[in-house]
Amino acid sequence: MSLMSRATSTTARVAASSRSPGPEPRTRLARTGSWARRAPLLPAMIFLVVVTQLPFVVTLVISSFSWNSLDPTSRHFAGLSNYARVFTDNELRSAVGTTVIMTVSIVAVSLVLGLIIALLLNRAFLGRGIVRTLFIAPFLLVPVAAALLWKDALYNPNYGLLNGLLTWVGQLFGSHHPAQPDWLSTMPKTAVETSLIWQWTPFMMLILLAGLQSQPTDAIEAARVDGAGPLQIFRYLTLPHLRRYLELGTLLGSIYIVQNFDAVFTLTSGGLGTANLPYSIYETFYQAHEYGQASANAVVVLVATIVIATFALRVVSSLFREETQR
Amino acid sequence: MTTHLPTVASAPPPTRNPRHRLPQPPSARRRKGWNTAWGLTAWGAGLFFFLPVAWMVLTSFHSETDAATNPPSLAAHLTLSGYREFFGSATGQSPLPALINSATASIGSTLLVLLLAVPAAYALAIKPVRKWRDVLFFFLSTKMLPTVAGLLPIYLFAKNTGLLDNIWLLVILYTSMNLPIAVWMMRSFLAEVPISILEAAQIDGAGLLTTLRRIVAPIAAPGIAATALICFIFSWNEMLFARVLTGVAAITSPVFLTGFVTGEGLFLAQVCAAATLISLPVLAAGFAAQDKLVQGLSLGAVK
Amino acid sequence: MIRFRSKPLCAAAVLTAMAVVATGCAGAGGTAAGGGGRSISVLMVNNPQMEDLRQLTAQNFTRQTGIHVNFTVLPENDLRDKASQEFSNQAGQYDVATLTNYEAPFYAKNGWLTPLDSYVAKDKAFDQGDILKPMAESLTAADGKLYAEPFYGESSFLMYRKDVFAAKHLTMPAHPTWQQVADLAAKADGAKPGMRGICLRGQPGWGELFAPLTTVVNTFGGTWFTKDWQAQVNSQPFRKATQFYVDLVRKHGESGASQAGFTECLNNMSQGKVAMWYDATSGAGALEDPKQSKVAGKIGYVAAPTDKTDSAGWLATWAWSIEKASKHQDDAWKFISWASSKGYEKLAGDKLGWSRIPAGKRASTYSNADYRKSASAFAEPTLNAISSADPRHPGVQPRPTAGIQFVGIPEFTSLGTQVSQGVSSAIAGHTTVPAALDKGQKLAEQVAKKYR
Repeated sequence: MSLMSRATSTTARVAASSRSPGPEPRTRLARTGSWARRAPLLPAMIFLVVVTQLPFVVTLVISSFSWNSLDPTSRHFAGLSNYARVFTDNELRSAVGTTVIMTVSIVAVSLVLGLIIALLLNRAFLGRGIVRTLFIAPFLLVPVAAALLWKDALYNPNYGLLNGLLTWVGQLFGSHHPAQPDWLSTMPKTAVETSLIWQWTPFMMLILLAGLQSQPTDAIEAARVDGAGPLQIFRYLTLPHLRRYLELGTLLGSIYIVQNFDAVFTLTSGGLGTANLPYSIYETFYQAHEYGQASANAVVVLVATIVIATFALRVVSSLFREETQR
Repeated sequence: MTTHLPTVASAPPPTRNPRHRLPQPPSARRRKGWNTAWGLTAWGAGLFFFLPVAWMVLTSFHSETDAATNPPSLAAHLTLSGYREFFGSATGQSPLPALINSATASIGSTLLVLLLAVPAAYALAIKPVRKWRDVLFFFLSTKMLPTVAGLLPIYLFAKNTGLLDNIWLLVILYTSMNLPIAVWMMRSFLAEVPISILEAAQIDGAGLLTTLRRIVAPIAAPGIAATALICFIFSWNEMLFARVLTGVAAITSPVFLTGFVTGEGLFLAQVCAAATLISLPVLAAGFAAQDKLVQGLSLGAVK
Repeated sequence: MIRFRSKPLCAAAVLTAMAVVATGCAGAGGTAAGGGGRSISVLMVNNPQMEDLRQLTAQNFTRQTGIHVNFTVLPENDLRDKASQEFSNQAGQYDVATLTNYEAPFYAKNGWLTPLDSYVAKDKAFDQGDILKPMAESLTAADGKLYAEPFYGESSFLMYRKDVFAAKHLTMPAHPTWQQVADLAAKADGAKPGMRGICLRGQPGWGELFAPLTTVVNTFGGTWFTKDWQAQVNSQPFRKATQFYVDLVRKHGESGASQAGFTECLNNMSQGKVAMWYDATSGAGALEDPKQSKVAGKIGYVAAPTDKTDSAGWLATWAWSIEKASKHQDDAWKFISWASSKGYEKLAGDKLGWSRIPAGKRASTYSNADYRKSASAFAEPTLNAISSADPRHPGVQPRPTAGIQFVGIPEFTSLGTQVSQGVSSAIAGHTTVPAALDKGQKLAEQVAKKYR
């Protein structure tokens, strides 16, 4: 496994360089002017501001209009009335709840599953490379394709694989009418979450596996010589070592899962209480054509996200905590 | 300091598997049995996880009637009709334009991302600007904003500038979508370049270009590859923008796939064939470079 | 460590190769799509008749006229989203789109469609007089101009398995009431292993669930709004009708009902999984095609079930209209004139079978011997259903707008869809009908306020 050697040597270097004292080399490099330092940063900054920030200014403006594009004659300035409606909108409120529940449960479950799988894979056995490839596959499926796969080939109550397996098992036990649940209707949220957990577990597994493989072996050896059992080693050595990797997985996973649209759109079309925030705004904009209302919803979500994100980034900034300034 | 920091070329390969160097415990046979059980568990779990994918591929080779049986018909004869449908045997609509659009959007935006992210990462890692942490947070925070909130202005902008249904608009949007993560990843990789080596190079009189080529590039290359792969995957997969902003000429594969659910009769095998083929580029790229993926994703944690 | 350098190179090579392939193909693909000749873009729903049309276009229309047609074919809900966005913004991506008689009048009022009168007057071969009156009227806007040409028209009726009914000694009246249908559904439920009594749409969407459900509401004496815009969504008749519908689906309806739309029901019926199906008359064509249906020849057709009214069927048509912003108006008309012509019906009949032609729009279709022969089972019931539909008086009380299974205002899309999500949840057992309709009433009141 060249992967492992690389990960190990990487950490060796990382560990070494993070120990390096800052001030001395800085003085020399700092001679380059501050504008020369900033210049390489500018294209990316300007690009991002123009493409991602400017539209929000427009959103802000649109949000003060009563504007349904299906009724073009009635567009007029409406002040804050759209905002008044945001806070009385039950749909939006339930979308917030759905988003939080979905994100937290998907991130948590896929982290735990990812950790278990990473632990399984962190040990030599015959065909380990192949098994890892099997695990990665769900993450590499196009999300829409995965959602269609779950909807039509697995959950379908008439000919989906899940009910097909139930029929099989039923036949084994001589039952002619095995249960044939309608998965998407009876447990819509769980169904959506399951498909997403399936897709995101490999992602978490990849991050945690890298974490496990970067774990210095001498400490473990020393602990083992001192008579520590595998559980103790896991609890007191592995887990603390993995903390940053767990945090990274949580951060990246949340960023992508909060914004999930494809699975909700494909599996349930937002029905049965599965509409999350992106879907609900999409619906207001794209189905109801309430441009003003959709923008107001978006602005409120935006402000809330910024507040939460600032808080989250402070917490996550522990990712940088131990690193010295270069 | 430098003794701790082997340069890329001279780094001795560390042990292949650290555990092999551990002293063998007394009962080696029990340990072997334990290993077998471990391997079997891992294989079992892996196959279980892979089952839906395998099922999708198998179904794609079945006829529509065999695909819609309950219990499932495993041994049904195989056919390529699902794939023929995908290539337009019945509808006359070829998937090629959609695949080409996806390739253009993914590769184009990935190149653009690298063009923007590498210098930015350089400015955050090698010769860091002051408050580089805040800058990095700014980049990441744009990633946290719900994309859907900017959709309407972008749509109106595109309509008024005639960029609607234009694949280059998607290139721009996918670039902005992936840029934050790319900067984050690239910074982690570039932060690996030991300052002392840069110092030494400077003392030896190496110019900026030489330094970049001889020292920075070799260390950053795997990082660039990993970043490119991630950007490629996320661009290829994107559907929301593509759905709203394209129509005829610029539709991408995921949008093509959603229109593939036909209103007539059974369609499971066709959909599975389409899903398989559209996922194939990502699957191939991902499998070929899974080592990169591991490394690229995880470096953010340590650096 | 030697591989250290080669791996990224390898990845880079893969990417480069893909780029080369992509650009190489882009040239080829570009010429194929754009072409030297003329082309138009058509946005349409993915119903069977449109799929057939797509198959026949290149070989016939393009060959005759040299006009290449780019189709975007979407499921109904997606299509409505896309079409309303496209037309309201006059984005000009499409020249022709399929609209229904719900959208066409108010799209026309907003100035988004090209009036077709002058084209129709010049195009004698098209024979506008042959188009069925209720259809043409439903596509004429308030200004008296015609804005769309029907591709096919439909009403709704009840389809049932004659063989199953005979085996169970059940009789289907020619004009059943909903109570009779519910009783029959109970008796037919489980007539064969895994067979359910009836298939009714449960998928959220005003054009999915609420198409059949609104006709039930109408005949039970309910309405969305009174003439003077009072919302009636949680009124007693509306609630009774919805409760009846939900109970019927839950007790004797298809499995997966809360996600089943027209397509799923068509599959259920054609695969023999249900004994009855109340839905569009246009479903019959596919059911009688032995190539895709296991039940061809076994289906009987009777009028839409009623309660307080004499008839209850809806009136719907998918019709072609030209976007005002289109830059290829004349070519667009050529396409419409071909697709809605008698000639196309003959072409589809000869090539694909007469039971599959886009019917329900021309009087001549029903006097055509070929069509009458192959569609003998349902031609007459369809024509009867269409001609008995009255969009101005669909229920027991006067209505503010014309329309049977919808309210002819833009807000109805989102109102109907949101209420349908509640009803769909009730079908899945997550909420109750009164709770869903109370929510719906609040939404409907907000809409009604604008019009009072």
